Amino acid sequence: MPMTPKERMAITRQQMPERDPLERNQDFKEVNVGFGEAIAKLEAERCLQCKDGKCMYGCPVGIDIPGFLDCIAEGDMKGAAELLLGANSLPGITGRVCPQEEQCEQVCIRAKGKHGEPVAVGHLERYVADWARENLDMKTLLAEPTGIKIAIVGSGPCGLTAAGELAKKGHDVTVYEALHAPGGVLTYGIPEFRLPNKIIDSEVDRLRQMGVKIVCNVVVGRTFTVDELMNEEGFQSVLIANGAGLPIFMNIPGENLKGVYSANEYLTRSNLMGAYTFPEYDTPIIRGEKVVVIGGGNVAMDAVRTAKRLGAKEATLVYRRSRKEMPARVEEVHHAEEEGIIFKMLCNPIRYIGNDEGWVTGVECIQMELGEPDDSGRRRPVPIKGSEFVVDCDLAIPAIGTRANPLLTSTTPDLKLNKWGYIEADESGATSKPGVYAGGDIIRGAATVILAMGDGKTAANAMDRYVREKNDLPLLEEVSVAPPMECGG
Amino acid sequence: MFRILDTRQLASDVKWFKIDAPLVARHREPGQFVIIRLSETGERIPLTMADADPENGTIELIVKAIGKTTKLLCTKNAGDEITDVMGPLGMPTHIEQVDHAVLVGGGVGTAVIYPLAKALRDSGCYVTSITGGRTRELVVLEEELRKVSDAVFATTDDGSHGFHGTVADKLRELIAEHGAAAATQHRPPSQGGPQGGDTDGGGESDTLPQPLPEREGSVSPVGAIYCAGPVPMMQAIAELTRPLNIKTIVSLNPIMVDGTGMCGGCRVTIGDETKFACVDGPEFDGHQVDYRELWDRLTAYRAEEQDALKRWEEHECKLAGATK
Repeated sequence: MPMTPKERMAITRQQMPERDPLERNQDFKEVNVGFGEAIAKLEAERCLQCKDGKCMYGCPVGIDIPGFLDCIAEGDMKGAAELLLGANSLPGITGRVCPQEEQCEQVCIRAKGKHGEPVAVGHLERYVADWARENLDMKTLLAEPTGIKIAIVGSGPCGLTAAGELAKKGHDVTVYEALHAPGGVLTYGIPEFRLPNKIIDSEVDRLRQMGVKIVCNVVVGRTFTVDELMNEEGFQSVLIANGAGLPIFMNIPGENLKGVYSANEYLTRSNLMGAYTFPEYDTPIIRGEKVVVIGGGNVAMDAVRTAKRLGAKEATLVYRRSRKEMPARVEEVHHAEEEGIIFKMLCNPIRYIGNDEGWVTGVECIQMELGEPDDSGRRRPVPIKGSEFVVDCDLAIPAIGTRANPLLTSTTPDLKLNKWGYIEADESGATSKPGVYAGGDIIRGAATVILAMGDGKTAANAMDRYVREKNDLPLLEEVSVAPPMECGG
Repeated sequence: MFRILDTRQLASDVKWFKIDAPLVARHREPGQFVIIRLSETGERIPLTMADADPENGTIELIVKAIGKTTKLLCTKNAGDEITDVMGPLGMPTHIEQVDHAVLVGGGVGTAVIYPLAKALRDSGCYVTSITGGRTRELVVLEEELRKVSDAVFATTDDGSHGFHGTVADKLRELIAEHGAAAATQHRPPSQGGPQGGDTDGGGESDTLPQPLPEREGSVSPVGAIYCAGPVPMMQAIAELTRPLNIKTIVSLNPIMVDGTGMCGGCRVTIGDETKFACVDGPEFDGHQVDYRELWDRLTAYRAEEQDALKRWEEHECKLAGATK
């Protein structure tokens, strides 16, 4: 007997169990503990099973959300996992780092009204992904092998997603990663406490089980050029998903003092190189007592919360606009606050101050006020004359964004770039170079994991069509390889 | 995993390695480097490639045992493996079209100028190499340099070997002897070198060239300096050549992590611009470098480096004790 909408409406949103803020800000273990079976089932039952649910349109990778939630509610975990994994190759990652509150959950019908609370799609996605990791054989999702070789440059969210999609479509996929470990920003950027490396490893292992080859230590643009991949290595199509890996500095005095790190360097040392365990791992990291992080995005949140965990007595976030304009996820800001991060809003650094030995000792800031809206629609911050003040620090971390890395594009002259150096791609991901597609931050500038994944999926579909047409192979059905199915139970 | 195929001890703490790394070897050009990591817990360190053989898929490294990672690497031998070798990285050396280039290497910086000597000589230029150290044991690669240079001078601060003085002293003497060709007076690229760039057999050969016959007549004025070594040494060379307006290229060795421009840890100030040594360098105009800042930044982890080295040496001692 299916539940009535009224019964479903009567269930309130289940809370994600979290570790105690003052305990967790001392270590790098995951903050969110994850749903148990009973909570997951209860939460899934809150879904009203809308026909043509809006949530699916809010999802960049087009997951059949009501479908997989229904499977959870019915206790059919295999069905839930097949639906989820059919649409999304990295659910363990997206379930943890997607801004669901701006996507599926924002448009959930249960979010409507004054006291409305959306179904916790993200937490349930994570729950199913964690189940699938132990229990689902991915081979059941693979199409007939085509023998067509496809190369993917970069093993971040866009590249891995595309790899999964293309493997499901039967292609022989090789992913080239410049660093020594796969995952891109998921590995070097996002800290353990938000996305444990073992989750990335297991998602990558799942891709390997699907036949995807992952080759590390290959810098496309230096080790190979894109042309060589296509002309000499036999790849019929190439996806460029190498991210926007060049950190932006503000070009203010003192930026090269010791104790000023780009957020990329700080997070790479800690996450990729394991510097937070030094001397167990060889890579050192400066552990500040008073740390200032500049910026208002997710990377800034990651950096400032890492600083707290590395022993900072004062970890301060400096942002030039107000709280409302912060681009970081609500959950991250909330977690940071709980963990004792100090927020200094409406202030902007104008120079770093150093001592005789070249170490940073402070950041001089100027107070800002909000003026007229700028191009982004947010109110433009304007400095208030004479309001300069100094924030003492022994570590300062600008986290103000990245720009396009020219390493690959400079060796691929027939690839059309926009004026910022990002690759121009159409809505399918196709670039100006036949057979070459691009997605993620290298086409859109610094964005989110899920948008990069959406690009990866879109490009994978287009690449599949491209190589199938080129090789006179029948086209696969569009949507997904695993057709929506009735749940057992 | 990357297998070590051959090693040779060049000095008590300097070791040469031949490593199987076909993808890196294929595109390597002089002046480029690799980043290596020795184990899952290891750090990433940049090392200049001394040479590469694209056909056999090998690269060569010359490593001086200084810190934990380089000391550990120098314990490895043929048959051992290196976890990660990534490259080739950095911009290739810009081969200046000059008649006479002087290469200056201080200590292990000599490993950086060695491949440049070969490349420059292949381009047809008369190559003088100066390799120096505080004392005899610290002068490295002197014999190897002889095979790729027209003239080689070793210097020691204490006079225990070769010229008594610093590499800068020796360079000053050379310039006094041969004169200097200011940066504007370089020969145009189309013109051949003293031996004719296009006809120089060394340029076509993959093997080490043989020691060169003595050249007849006078040596051309010094047209370019390539320099690698400790920061104060590079600065001294740059200060020496600045008033003479001799093109001076220095190869910088800041601390790096990823090597692809992603972290900015290796940033250096060149003129009034910040550059990333890993992608914009490692070679820069020596007259534009902010040496003070470079030196400062190199000291950022001194305490941690010493700590890591001490722990490693204690650990090694225990192991050695246990096997006795």
